[in-house]
Amino acid sequence: MAKTIVEKIFSEQCGRNISAGDVVMAPVSGAMLHDITGPLAIDKFYEMGGDRVFDPAKVIMMFDHQAPADSLDAAENQKKMRIFAKEQGIYNYDIKEGVCHQVTMEKGRVSPGDIVVGGDSHTCTYGAAGAFATGIGSTDLGFVLRFGCLYFRVPETIRAEVSGRFSDLVGPKDLILKMTGDIGADGATYRAIEFCGETIERMGMAGRMTCCNMAIEMGAKAGLVPPDAVTRRWCEEYTSCTWKEFVSDPGATYHSTRSFDVSDLVPQVAVPHNVDHVVDVTAVAGTPVDQVFIGSCTNGRYEDLAEAAQVLKYRSFSNDVRVLVIPASRTEYLKALRAGIIERFVEAGALVEAPCCGPCMGGSFGLIAAGEVSFATSNRNFRGRQGSTSGEVYLGSPATATATAITGKITDPREVA
Amino acid sequence: MRVWRFGDDIDTDAIIPGRFLTINDPAELAKHAFEGTNDAFAREVSPGDVIVAGRNFGCGSSREHAPLALKGAGIGMVIAKSFARIFYRNSINVGLLPVICPDADFIGENDSIVPNLAAGYLEASGRQLPIEPVPEFLKKIIDAGGLVSYANQLHGEDICTR
Repeated sequence: MAKTIVEKIFSEQCGRNISAGDVVMAPVSGAMLHDITGPLAIDKFYEMGGDRVFDPAKVIMMFDHQAPADSLDAAENQKKMRIFAKEQGIYNYDIKEGVCHQVTMEKGRVSPGDIVVGGDSHTCTYGAAGAFATGIGSTDLGFVLRFGCLYFRVPETIRAEVSGRFSDLVGPKDLILKMTGDIGADGATYRAIEFCGETIERMGMAGRMTCCNMAIEMGAKAGLVPPDAVTRRWCEEYTSCTWKEFVSDPGATYHSTRSFDVSDLVPQVAVPHNVDHVVDVTAVAGTPVDQVFIGSCTNGRYEDLAEAAQVLKYRSFSNDVRVLVIPASRTEYLKALRAGIIERFVEAGALVEAPCCGPCMGGSFGLIAAGEVSFATSNRNFRGRQGSTSGEVYLGSPATATATAITGKITDPREVA
Repeated sequence: MRVWRFGDDIDTDAIIPGRFLTINDPAELAKHAFEGTNDAFAREVSPGDVIVAGRNFGCGSSREHAPLALKGAGIGMVIAKSFARIFYRNSINVGLLPVICPDADFIGENDSIVPNLAAGYLEASGRQLPIEPVPEFLKKIIDAGGLVSYANQLHGEDICTR
């Protein structure tokens, strides 16, 4: 029977014929835990009679949400995880490498066809590598650490076919915001989204990660890009990555198909306080902002920083705006540093912070006060997400964020470029 | 018993804000549930109270601290028109009952609510409101009181090949 990628991955990993709708216990090829959801997962592992984790080589650990530790509680949580890693023989990237999803991908800890879980909702990012990757809670994660498998309801797939070429200064973030606005915050609940079509085929890994990252904002269990030549080149960079081709069969059964044409797409902005409240930038242009955040697992890669630098050129940021630039990882930081981009941000008046989640998790640093407005390249604008519940968060692309940081109000990047 | 009403798209940042995620104790988390968006909740909630919400309850972050905070507050059951996937799963795993009831709007503030999972309805002050059936596998976890107890019941069996 013709299968979707998701059905193929589960059938292969479970060694039997599996279709959407089945509830299965499936083996897990990778389990990611970070400083927020990890400590509770370790407790659950022991409560389930855990002694040794199922396979230390398949456990991926790092600290990014409160890194370096910003409180005594955070320090204690991280200490607990460090001890666990040592005892179990788990390699711990600690606070050195950056945001969990970027690090997991750039260390090649995911291969096409894998089933990967993580204690973070944006684990769906790894679908860019052609893996089935999904976010889970700490008890599920403890179960995985203990047994190496987890129960899944195999999801139906929404096929998102994307065509057309992006205009200048419009890109993957604008596409995924547009899609989120169209599909809605719960429009893909319990489904997988398969991103395909000529626009996706031309897109590099960075853009594919941005798209898959935000699949959860539509409620999806996973977002995937069919592994192709781009994925293959990426995979070949890592000895830990095993290349495998997985494509949906012609005639596979989809939940639905949605078509998007990016030819006429303009920069998109998600307005407070829902990610699916998406408008053209022109609709909110002129809104004054207090803080701009360029970074996160959604848009903190070299390509994003380069896009920001392309808009910035030799200008300065507005004196009325606090600008935080946080590369998603040490590797991406170094690439931007060597290209002279970091120097430009610093000259322009930005605070360039060490790789971590930054203001995105709303509990560490870079918080906004009551009545303040943040413009961010991250993935969520929920009330209170970046600090005060009386603050407001707008979401957009690195280009739009940079234009906004230059003028001090929400600005169409095509107008300043 | 009090019914706490919430609208659509209540995210886990609202249920428990990010700055409290270093706390892992349910009773401590409960003190900060809905802080900043519904401050009366933590102050006035009593054991046995019920949450009744609209669509997509618990969207956003995978933080299990969200159902734990509600459980710590003594909430026994969350009724919603629909749930975000990770929250739904986390709730069952930690022993907080999520009930999908498309007619949740019909539940009144002062209704006493009795779920009848087996028969597929909620009784709210004499009315029967249909609820979505729970898959067989999840029923076993609910009956065990959560995933930890379920896993411990299976001790010795080869869980992964079931």
